[in-house]
Amino acid sequence: MRARTVDRIAADARAASFTRRSIKKESKLAGLKLALSMLDLTTLEGKDTPEKLRALCRKAQRPAEDLADLPHCAAVCVYPTFVALAKEELQGSRVKVASVATAFPSGQSPLAVRLAETRAAADAGADEIDMVIQRGAFLAGDYETVADEIEAVKANCGSARLKVILETGELETYDLVRRASDLAIEAGADFIKTSTGKVAPAATMGVTLVMLEAVRDHFLATGRKVGVKPAGGIRTAKQALHYLVMVKETLGDAWLTPDLFRFGASALANDLVMQLRKELTGRYAASYDVTES
Amino acid sequence: MGEAGGHHSNPLMIQSKTLAPSTGAPALDFGSAWDYAAAPERVQVKIAARYGHFIGGKFVPPAEGKHFPTVNPATEETLSEIALGSAADVDRAVAAAKAALPRWSRLPARERAKYMFRIARRIQERARELAVLETRDGGKPIKESRDIDIPEAAQHFFYHAGWADKLQYAFPGRNARPVGVCGQIIPWNFPLLMAAWKLAPALACGNTAVLKPAETTPLTALRLAEILAEIDLPPGVVNIVTGAGETGAALVAHPGVRKIAFTGSTEVGKKIAASIAGSGKRVTLELGGKSPNIIFEDASLDQAIEGIIQGIYYNQGHVCCAGSRLFVQESVLDEVLVKLDIRLRSLRVGDPLDKNTDVGAINSADQLQKIRRYLDVGRAEGADLHESNGSPLPERGYWCRPCYFTGVQPAHTIARDEIFGPVLAVMSFRTPEEAITRANNTPYGLAAGVWTDKGSKIFEVAKRLKAGVVWCNTYNQFDPASPFGGFKESGFGREGGLHGLRAYLELS
Repeated sequence: MRARTVDRIAADARAASFTRRSIKKESKLAGLKLALSMLDLTTLEGKDTPEKLRALCRKAQRPAEDLADLPHCAAVCVYPTFVALAKEELQGSRVKVASVATAFPSGQSPLAVRLAETRAAADAGADEIDMVIQRGAFLAGDYETVADEIEAVKANCGSARLKVILETGELETYDLVRRASDLAIEAGADFIKTSTGKVAPAATMGVTLVMLEAVRDHFLATGRKVGVKPAGGIRTAKQALHYLVMVKETLGDAWLTPDLFRFGASALANDLVMQLRKELTGRYAASYDVTES
Repeated sequence: MGEAGGHHSNPLMIQSKTLAPSTGAPALDFGSAWDYAAAPERVQVKIAARYGHFIGGKFVPPAEGKHFPTVNPATEETLSEIALGSAADVDRAVAAAKAALPRWSRLPARERAKYMFRIARRIQERARELAVLETRDGGKPIKESRDIDIPEAAQHFFYHAGWADKLQYAFPGRNARPVGVCGQIIPWNFPLLMAAWKLAPALACGNTAVLKPAETTPLTALRLAEILAEIDLPPGVVNIVTGAGETGAALVAHPGVRKIAFTGSTEVGKKIAASIAGSGKRVTLELGGKSPNIIFEDASLDQAIEGIIQGIYYNQGHVCCAGSRLFVQESVLDEVLVKLDIRLRSLRVGDPLDKNTDVGAINSADQLQKIRRYLDVGRAEGADLHESNGSPLPERGYWCRPCYFTGVQPAHTIARDEIFGPVLAVMSFRTPEEAITRANNTPYGLAAGVWTDKGSKIFEVAKRLKAGVVWCNTYNQFDPASPFGGFKESGFGREGGLHGLRAYLELS
């Protein structure tokens, strides 16, 4: 018995191999729609306002007003203070409300505060909680504390699903990404998520592959399906298709759904819509044809 | 590393046995929830109805007027009629090479290098055309000819062009002179790349050459001949005579040839070595292999799986250094097999011109027959065959699904013979000592793979493996600067790098 190790060079080479798949025609159209349906449309800024959020919620429900048969996004992802408003704006739609919690993005608050924040977000109606792990404790080797805290947060989520953000940019090695993935999955995460978006590098293909492989091993051993969410740094439709290729070839058909795979992004929505418009109408849109968000 | 204790069922530990294949175990579904549309490479390449030999800078008809067909193994269509080289053709080609030798070998080295840089650049400029041609003539996936064969062929000319005017530094204190006319016989698995492996060092060292491409894959070498003419390489410096075994034998036997370089089967290699004994000809032989790929329990297993796939299914297993004997430490055998099965299901087998194809067509009807014979022998001797059951294979063409055998005993034919197809023999071992002993227990010694996350084990094992190349935590990596060649019945001499120059020089 031993900890899993990951060979970075070989993992990166495998991740790069997915980018050489050629996705054209009907598979491109289907892939773009799938990616759009997996989007957690995100705004996590100190300058967020109710008006900004209303625009985002509208966009999540109808990514392009004039293209009727586009799917809606999976969720909007906001700070806890906006959960109630988002819930109200999204009433009657199937777009979920995800809330970051646990002193996002650093996690540097007393556990009691982080748990209270989690409860507040859940009570306000959040369908999903995106928590951060204590990277300090994790890097110090105190895995027990990190696992305990994930379990405690989970216990405060109510019926909300728990996404555990590993902040892979701060973990640095693939061995540690793998270790954190295994730990979070074992502690009860419904999803594991790469990044807060506040630290560079955010999501990469290589890091996401390591996480998909952790999910695969857990599934093969237990039958439980855990979701994966790369977040930050995925800006183009082409990148999104590369990720979908990687999911398809690593975990298979069952994970090609918003229930088990998400993109945490904001700019990506516009590129997906632009590419979809081109596929559906044969015409390219200009950047000013889609809404800023 | 530290182990997390406490009340959690330990999240950091794995037990491979939990992944044992059994009925009712969780299974992944690689179906068609989101499939890739056909993505064929559409570039059209012109192929002449008939090709002659390339001798003295011109295409000339064969002396005896005979031709043979070259076939697209994915469709069985005849692509072109190729000149069948006779002893008279070989004689003409050697005479042309001999005539060109004095001027070429006395050319200032940097002028020779300029020609070689031009060849390299022209290969790059015509890369797409060459890739399509390679794939149509040989059946390999366009992904591989486009990303590996053609770029690396160009790279070999670039690299050796750099050596042309630096030979005195390669062998300090020695006087390096060309050998003379080189006879070079290449196989069908990497047609253009092998032509580059052979020609580039020969030309850099001031030799002239007669190249004989493989019978089933002559088209890219003939395209290279066009390129050589385009860049005004002096006539006779490179001559290309097409044909089959007898053509090669005539080249080997020709008294005007000073050096033979052969890549191909051990059987033919032995005949060549025997036939030139006492002739004073130099020879390098790059022959067959049955290379071991060793997976230790402390390897990064998901990456090791990729190494297995790369090792045996790359180029349909038509690779002399293919990792065709897989040794897995017993404690992780079950997990490796589960993961190998999963990985096999996402390999896309079919139309080699489709950019998403991972495994293309078997090179020829003969080769397919040979592989099928080994599959029968493997089953008959008691091993269990596991095939990837992907999408249906095309109706025409030569196809073999990627597969592996379990229940393989070291004495089984499939564990000893080179199959040269997408067929893997899986065996287990318990200790490093056993792995090394069994890995070396083969007449061959071309390559080996070692997979472990423990650095000291890599060095310990690698230095005891009797193989020309040992890859650690990777497989099938090549570079023009890195010498390649075998131990024992895998041949002798090295190609590539500084070591590879030696075979093309008289040092005094």
